Amino acid sequence: MTALRDSLLELIRRTSAEIPDDVQAAILAALEREARGTIAAEAMQIIQRNIELARRKSQPICQDTGSVLFYVDTPVGADQLAFAEAARQAVREATRRGYLRQNSVDALTGKNDGTNLGPGAPTFHFHQHPEPETRVRLILKGGGCENVGAQYSLPDERLGADRDLKGCRRAILDAVLQAQGKGCGPGVLGVCIGGDRATGYEHSKVQLLRRLDDRNPVPELDALEQDILNTANELGIGPMGFGGKTTLLGVKIGTLNRVPASYFVSVSYMCWAYRRQGVALDPEGRITRWLY
Amino acid sequence: MPTLLTTPVSEAAVRALKVGEAVEITGTLYTGRDAVHKYLAKGGALPPGLDLRGALIYHCGPVVIKDEAGRWKVVAAGPTTSAREEPYQGDIIRRFGVRGVIGKGGMGARTLAACQEAGAVYLHAVGGAAQVLAEHIKTVRGVYFLEEFGSPEAIWEFEVERFPAVVTMDAHGHSLHEQVFAASQAELARRL
Repeated sequence: MTALRDSLLELIRRTSAEIPDDVQAAILAALEREARGTIAAEAMQIIQRNIELARRKSQPICQDTGSVLFYVDTPVGADQLAFAEAARQAVREATRRGYLRQNSVDALTGKNDGTNLGPGAPTFHFHQHPEPETRVRLILKGGGCENVGAQYSLPDERLGADRDLKGCRRAILDAVLQAQGKGCGPGVLGVCIGGDRATGYEHSKVQLLRRLDDRNPVPELDALEQDILNTANELGIGPMGFGGKTTLLGVKIGTLNRVPASYFVSVSYMCWAYRRQGVALDPEGRITRWLY
Repeated sequence: MPTLLTTPVSEAAVRALKVGEAVEITGTLYTGRDAVHKYLAKGGALPPGLDLRGALIYHCGPVVIKDEAGRWKVVAAGPTTSAREEPYQGDIIRRFGVRGVIGKGGMGARTLAACQEAGAVYLHAVGGAAQVLAEHIKTVRGVYFLEEFGSPEAIWEFEVERFPAVVTMDAHGHSLHEQVFAASQAELARRL
């Protein structure tokens, strides 16, 4: 229990203070792309300096340490209740140490008890898998980017979006246009086509667990991902919405079956401060390797 | 090269700024977010000794701790989303003689109109850059409303040096946010 708690505490610290390598590579590429001397390039330089400083000082990259989202794959028969309790203890301690800001308030009263614990805080997504190790992935998702997420129900007359891939493209690009720089761009889109209103958004966030440099195994979705990324970066929104060449760092699209009557396109926006890490754990809860 | 701004900022200095211009601020910043804006806009008075004429308000809920010697130390201090203060900002700019606000994401028509009439600007800091921006804060000179509003919502008085930001709404009625939205909307229409 103590080993598990300590492993999860280290996972939270590292997630909050260190950008994963795949995101770092995308940010450096964006920095190269922006024309020297522009405010877009200056913003990317500040972002890169911030990443280095947070890592060196082991302090939060962004003061909004976000919603705490755990995605946990456990062996069959593992005790999920004990895991959740250890994770809650880790969140409480991470908050006390300042890895996380006191960032969770009662929905009605706004009261902040300073622990980051409460209904839905942290959030757990448990799955069993036929393997002996436990794998834990963590996303810290800030409010600014969460607020620019969007869900479309196709057909959408305003957008001229039908129930096909072309319609999905119109909806996703509308989300990029509406977000501008407000989600702290350049960001990454996680998208789900299909599902219901709840599972669609949920699956859009699961896409954010994918590495930025992976490719979608479904050819149509791979083509759509590349197309949205390239098109978004031609719109001139740029870092922070200052204008410039990099509006998005990546696009990840998945699908869920839907009922014939519904056709949702759900878009989650992740800011450049893409805090996502993961660990594999042995049966005692010790970290055996990092997943990103 | 960025334009250097020192506080208190004069009306002439503010009216000389144009959208898209990078600035570096040296002097004093006062933080203020939801609670402070609502309180002041509903007729609340400034605490004794605080004068916002020529001042810059920073939309920020910083993480501030006390070091071993009991001095305040800023750990993280990036901008928060400014749009939430849109109902209040224009009135506060006019009533207190504020010369500018710093935040992220831009603001709307009422704030833009107040900037034009009263001589003020909106300055955009890099969202998420909590560590870099905290490095530009040299000292905490004081704090107001700490008891009433809590730490993130209090008015913190920061001494800053070369704090970087970009003018995205100027005193001439121009908004970079409106310009980039219109241009990107046109680009998108060509690609649908």
